[in-house]
Amino acid sequence: MSDASNAINPHSMTIIVTKGSLDWAYPPFILGTTAAAMGHDVTMFFTFYGLPLLLKKLDLKVTPLGNAAMKMPMMGGHMVMPNLVAAVPGVDAMASKMMKNMIKKKGVASIEELRELAVEADIRMIGCQMTMDLFEYSKDDMIDGIEIGGAATYIEVAGKSHINLFI
Amino acid sequence: MADKVLDAKGLNCPLPILRAKKALKDVPDGGTLEVLATDPGSVADFQAFARSTGNELVEHSENGGVYRFLLRKPG
Repeated sequence: MSDASNAINPHSMTIIVTKGSLDWAYPPFILGTTAAAMGHDVTMFFTFYGLPLLLKKLDLKVTPLGNAAMKMPMMGGHMVMPNLVAAVPGVDAMASKMMKNMIKKKGVASIEELRELAVEADIRMIGCQMTMDLFEYSKDDMIDGIEIGGAATYIEVAGKSHINLFI
Repeated sequence: MADKVLDAKGLNCPLPILRAKKALKDVPDGGTLEVLATDPGSVADFQAFARSTGNELVEHSENGGVYRFLLRKPG
């Protein structure tokens, strides 16, 4: 028995956002905002380490530690930072600062700007209820305009969505 | 002469597309938006954007590293 309301919307996308570092914040926000700009209905479900991307104040970090593919443009080539160096206190903060500077210099949008564009584009942004309980966040910590939901909420939207991504 | 000009020079993906989408709101139906960008990826992106959104990419050209796109809103 088929129900028209269960039909898949050919112009729709959902993204499960599970990571929250500066580098990993980009793929979901770039894909979500661009899909919305191209006429898709977009839902982004923020869970686990992706949930802090909904905090009012963002202070995103990136770490070179264990990040074997992180090759940064340096001195004409690309360089990887050895783990022993990346483990030194203060290095993560420095790497994050350097990456943010690179981002600004190259005219890449900040995550703050992309997130604002996402809200403006009426992307449905859902914060994972379980993660909020687990890591002790409250709705007041989060930006306005988001929903709180669980896995079933996500599965319902995903079932009708054409593109479903796990990032 | 386009109805509106958007200077997206120096902006990287996905900003040229996102800004263009926003700028098109101020363009009347059937009107045109001229976008200037320096991001080489924007060439393919604006073609995809036009195909997906029904805005026509009337013409596109490149001059000295600056790409120019002329979008027409459905009228």
